[in-house]
Amino acid sequence: MSLRSPLGRVLGHGSAKEGTGHFWSQRLTAISNAVLGVWFLAAMLGMESFTQAELRAWIAAPVNAVLLTLLTLSLARHASLGVQVVIEDYVHGPLMKVSSLIVMKFAHIVVAAAALFAILKIAVGGAA
Amino acid sequence: MSNHGRPLSPHLSVYRWPVTMAASISHRASGLVLAAGLVVFAWWLVALAGDAADYRAFANLAQSIPGRLALLAFSAAFFYHLANGIRHLVWDLGYGFELPTANASAWFVFVLTVVLTAGFWVAL
Repeated sequence: MSLRSPLGRVLGHGSAKEGTGHFWSQRLTAISNAVLGVWFLAAMLGMESFTQAELRAWIAAPVNAVLLTLLTLSLARHASLGVQVVIEDYVHGPLMKVSSLIVMKFAHIVVAAAALFAILKIAVGGAA
Repeated sequence: MSNHGRPLSPHLSVYRWPVTMAASISHRASGLVLAAGLVVFAWWLVALAGDAADYRAFANLAQSIPGRLALLAFSAAFFYHLANGIRHLVWDLGYGFELPTANASAWFVFVLTVVLTAGFWVAL
């Protein structure tokens, strides 16, 4: 027995059962990728010599650490959603398709976790 | 059977590629290149978080010829995906579907990609 009305349960869920979640996440992360990606490249243009010390000092600045974290999350989510569609289009057979999707999703999480850990370590981990 | 004026299925091997078709598949291809670029982005951050030898190993690889070509490819893919992504967002708002507009915006995106990529590496 649910307290939700039958209409409330189906609104926004369409025949695909998941509604427009994928579509919306892809668009929202497209916007954040555009803004943060351009910010990142502009910051790279401002670098003097790309030494480890210079880059670490830049990452360790709180604003940069937070924006890099957001960029990493946004990129990973967008990439995961995008590669998902490519796999769904081109990989056939339920077993191959689902196993490729699982490996791809885990790979994105691993890559994002590695990047986030590195940012945190530089930002709060103290001296090199 | 007469089918004048009706759309034909795009048999890719015999079809003359309209620029919109090239723009469409390039969006997907550049997205896949950027997914690979995300791995290198994470690798760069991890190398920076490591000791001097870790970062030197990454920097040496990045400055090699294959490394430079990869970075050039990632930057071109980024600028293309950014420009064409904005083209897609404009479509999502319901604008720019007329054939001349769609053709012109596709050419514009390709030219802009070359300009932005070249400009970025000149400015760097």
